[in-house]
Amino acid sequence: MATSGAPGPDDHDHDHGHGRLASSLTARYSDWVLEALDELPGSFLLTDPALPGHPIVYASGGLAALTGYAPRDVLGRNARLFQGAATDRAAVAGVREAVRTHRAHQAALLNYRRDGAPHWVLLHLAPVFHARDGTLLHFLAVQVPIAPAAATRGATCHAPGPLLAACRDEARVREDLPCATHAGKVFVDMDKRGLEAEEPRVASDREKEMATSTANNIVSALNRYSKLTGLVVSSKRCCSIGIPALSSSLNLSLGRIKQSFVLTDSRLPDMPIIYASDAFTSLTGYSREEILGCNCKVLNGPGTSLEVLEEINQHICSEQACTVDLLSYRKDGSSYCDLLHVSPIRDASGKVAFHIWVHLDMGAKHDFNGLAPEVWLLGAVGAVRVAVRGCQASTMTA
Amino acid sequence: MEMKLTIKRVPTVVSNYQDDADKPRAGCGRNCLGDCCLPASKLPLYAFKLDPAKHLQEEAASTKLLVDILLSEWEDRMARGLFRYDVTACETKVIPGNLGFVAQLNEGRHLKKRPTEFRVDRVLQPFDPAKFNFTKVGQEEVLFQFENGDGDDSYFLNDAPIIAVDRAPNVVAINVSPIEYGHVLLIPRVLDRLPQKIDPESFLLALQMAAEAASPYFRLGYNSLGAFATINHLHFQAYYLSVPFPVEKAATHKIPLSEDTMKNGVTVSKLINYPVRGLVFEGGNTLEDLANVVSNACIWLQDNNVPYNVLVSDCGKRIFLFPQCYAEKQALGEVSQELLDTQVNPAVWEISGHIVLKRRSDYEEASETSAWKLLAEVSLSEERFEEVKAYIFSAAGLVQSDEEEEEASEGEGTTTFAPVPVTPLPVAEGCLVRQ
Repeated sequence: MATSGAPGPDDHDHDHGHGRLASSLTARYSDWVLEALDELPGSFLLTDPALPGHPIVYASGGLAALTGYAPRDVLGRNARLFQGAATDRAAVAGVREAVRTHRAHQAALLNYRRDGAPHWVLLHLAPVFHARDGTLLHFLAVQVPIAPAAATRGATCHAPGPLLAACRDEARVREDLPCATHAGKVFVDMDKRGLEAEEPRVASDREKEMATSTANNIVSALNRYSKLTGLVVSSKRCCSIGIPALSSSLNLSLGRIKQSFVLTDSRLPDMPIIYASDAFTSLTGYSREEILGCNCKVLNGPGTSLEVLEEINQHICSEQACTVDLLSYRKDGSSYCDLLHVSPIRDASGKVAFHIWVHLDMGAKHDFNGLAPEVWLLGAVGAVRVAVRGCQASTMTA
Repeated sequence: MEMKLTIKRVPTVVSNYQDDADKPRAGCGRNCLGDCCLPASKLPLYAFKLDPAKHLQEEAASTKLLVDILLSEWEDRMARGLFRYDVTACETKVIPGNLGFVAQLNEGRHLKKRPTEFRVDRVLQPFDPAKFNFTKVGQEEVLFQFENGDGDDSYFLNDAPIIAVDRAPNVVAINVSPIEYGHVLLIPRVLDRLPQKIDPESFLLALQMAAEAASPYFRLGYNSLGAFATINHLHFQAYYLSVPFPVEKAATHKIPLSEDTMKNGVTVSKLINYPVRGLVFEGGNTLEDLANVVSNACIWLQDNNVPYNVLVSDCGKRIFLFPQCYAEKQALGEVSQELLDTQVNPAVWEISGHIVLKRRSDYEEASETSAWKLLAEVSLSEERFEEVKAYIFSAAGLVQSDEEEEEASEGEGTTTFAPVPVTPLPVAEGCLVRQ
């Protein structure tokens, strides 16, 4: 922890923390999803990018066999724990980029087992989206051990083709102890490897196919269980309806910003709110569903100064930022002294795309990290600019 | 008569006090960073924790204090109108291709300045108090002092006396001609008026800043004189850009080291299939180990008059070192007019793959091939690079283990330097564009 005195919500309290991790899955699927996942073969884990630190929320039995880490050792931690001194940083940068842009990705990585032994795995990373509104729910990461080149060459002569391998994986779902057979095979491979582990390895087509089919199995299982709660998930992001949605990666970056703020779309008539931060919903009492699509004037009331509103308008028209003192109103009708900063946000083409409205209730106590309140407010503006510029620069490549 | 190599270029204006730096000034009543004002001043203080790399092993999500403070203070200076232009109004894009070069169109950065003559054949030059230096910067351009707090946690004070009584404070100041949002300068021991020259202590400070920022998208860079540094007063640059740099994604080939050399945990690799030849230093049991090896390499380069650029990446865990020869080629008239016309100065950010273009036509036509062509001019030849590498190794106390090298190069084949053809991603992409 830095300057702020109070510990974060995810600190120390293990039971509480683990309950929250489990509910990342059970709240979205059903209480039985964990049992269903436990029965699936393969070494895999699920992470929740919306929780602080992007922690692992599920780890399979096969992962324990492959890495030596029991599920309880890894839950709540970031998946980078498998990396070590000789893990290729360029490959890690590739994985990070896939996470950031919510793309599926396969990469050969030198990972480390719990006992410190390095081993080569093919990492198959896949985002899991809410099928209806396209929000990102989880990342699925499947790890398939990569056999040494010589062994692979031998294997491809006799091994069944990719299609057959996929069928076998499906069949395993119905076995009683599917993990055991898989784990056994892994250990045999491990023993043969020993010291040559650090030599770069390339995954064979068969290993790639195996990773993909394992991942597909898991997504279909999630899908079966998600239907019970009315939520349908998908490995492809689909387009949402109504108000233009922000890209899922931008939404996620915005979710990490602590200040109370909304974004309005400057290109639409009446500048509707297209994003509201958690701090904003708790400050004003409006839920996200209620506030999205509204104009910022919903916060105005009888005591709101018309001159100040006009001042804001003029600054918006001239693409300038301004900070004002204003009386604003919550949903329940109560008012508060609002330190409001409004600033245009430009997209990667340099044009004004959004306006950010950062609100601070001057009557409430806050931790400003040692900054003056009006400067602390601006941190949200900086963070939004960085998020918008980064996300859009890279999505415009297509 | 001594031969002197110079190039003419438009100097980058990093401070609003740069233009009038040459004018004589009677006294100083404007809160500068010089001896006249700084010791009696109060400035915000960012005190970083004793071991800035500590959190890297932990899972804490609450370690973004430095980036939070930096972006808040930077936005504040933007609101106060201290920058020469709004960098977020500059178009930016990722160029399609395997490496993903990032291009920015910045038509305003070099306007209204006349080209100035720069000497490019002396990597080390004595500090010249008559020229612009950071002691002439106004305090409003300073974001905070950046000091080791010697404690378990980092903290920030909005108003602190200059705490380092025994030595000059390190300061972080804005660059008034930013090439990205959050572009700042780290100036070690500002009052000591150090020339642009790497020393182990200052280089460690740069690594500590990268580790403290705890974000792979916050990087620091260094340009030596002769490699497009314009100010001979020790400084590192840094900014935040949440896109991976091409050089960070480029493949590397690890150079086998003798067991004795491996003790400090630092590994060295060579970039392959990247237009600029360079070395990658990684790991180290401590940040100091990594800082010592790389700064020894830099010291050899500067002492032997080889211009170079350094990128501090991946939270200070990964350092790229590029000896370069573009300015020398330019002075000798060996760079094509076509490239010179772009006015691109290939310093650390360009070499790393973030390329600031000055003309709209260059921006619109930018391709992986054009970026490659420019950067290839920066690189030393294979022969010269190997020669320099050998010197660097002996200066940094690195011993290559021979037998394994032969084996490895067999497997690797001949390294080819050419753009790799664009291939579709192995896995289908979801739809990501803003709907």
